[in-house]
Amino acid sequence: MRRRAMSEVTDSGTDSGAAAGPVGLVLVSHSARVAESVAALARDLAAGGAVAPVEAAGGTDDGGVGTSSERVAAAALRADGGAGVVVLADLGSAVLTVRALLAEDELPEGTLLADAPFLEGAVAALVAASAGADVEAVAAAAEEAYGYRKL
Amino acid sequence: MELDTGFFLRWMDACARDVDREAKTLTELDAAIGDADHGENLRRGFKAVTAALAEEPPATPGAVLTLAGRTLISSVGGASGPLYGTLLRRAGKQLGDASSTDLPGLRDALAAGVDGVARLGGAVAGDKTMLDALLPAVDALDGGLQAAATAARQGAVDTVPLLARKGRASYLGERSVGHQDPGAASSALLVAALLEAAGDEAAGDE
Repeated sequence: MRRRAMSEVTDSGTDSGAAAGPVGLVLVSHSARVAESVAALARDLAAGGAVAPVEAAGGTDDGGVGTSSERVAAAALRADGGAGVVVLADLGSAVLTVRALLAEDELPEGTLLADAPFLEGAVAALVAASAGADVEAVAAAAEEAYGYRKL
Repeated sequence: MELDTGFFLRWMDACARDVDREAKTLTELDAAIGDADHGENLRRGFKAVTAALAEEPPATPGAVLTLAGRTLISSVGGASGPLYGTLLRRAGKQLGDASSTDLPGLRDALAAGVDGVARLGGAVAGDKTMLDALLPAVDALDGGLQAAATAARQGAVDTVPLLARKGRASYLGERSVGHQDPGAASSALLVAALLEAAGDEAAGDE
């Protein structure tokens, strides 16, 4: 399903007038270091082609553990290239903050919160986004990461 | 009873005062089954609400709650920010542009807010969350602010024997039993603050 979804969008952008960039990713964690590290790991693992933007939004405004709605909104703006943004969040307030922002239309148009494991989902989403998948296919790639069994 | 912009400003002011006074207790409740930041997070949030309302005093009840909600979401780093922010913002939207409302209007607004909270967090009654104080309060509001405050207080106390099904406390499983939910406790404070905002009027409400 993921492959099919990706193949459907290999010509993404060719018929939409304004050329949209790849789908952007935003990683929202309680910890700034976790968000930045997972973003770095995803970039490393997704390397090999053009890598879609991935922005970290971790921790609170004062550098503590928690979620900053302003950091999330700013990261989404940076990640947005016009083709939509997929957000992955770790737990609790990270998830609730993104959902509250989405409910109030305070994230760029076409932003989706993926119901996905944070690290595995981030890698899958970045690979899909870098391959040119559309926003729904990128979110689906992240969500399918729940199915990657390790045993 | 007429509930004007002043009433809603006094409500937010009372919330800030009560949360500040009870912050330590809320944090202690949260230390038992959560991450020990609830009192401090709400204190920071309502302090920001007080500042935002003072900086640009809104003209309608709906605008007071909408601004307060937005401020909570942007100033609280924990789950209470988006949850209480959604409660107030949804309630504010429900009030619309009216220059004042009444008890049924307040009930409808809070019901909309509580519905927003339930959707956001995916919790239902009995999950040991703030809803366990807010839902009974909304149901009791037709009987007046005192009835709502009593129902919320009772709802919070009644979370003690419950098993947590949402948030960090749910990871504790059976060990969450025997503790009052901090979100239900702070919700009861916010509902009780309505009574303070009404002042002497509330003594005579229906």
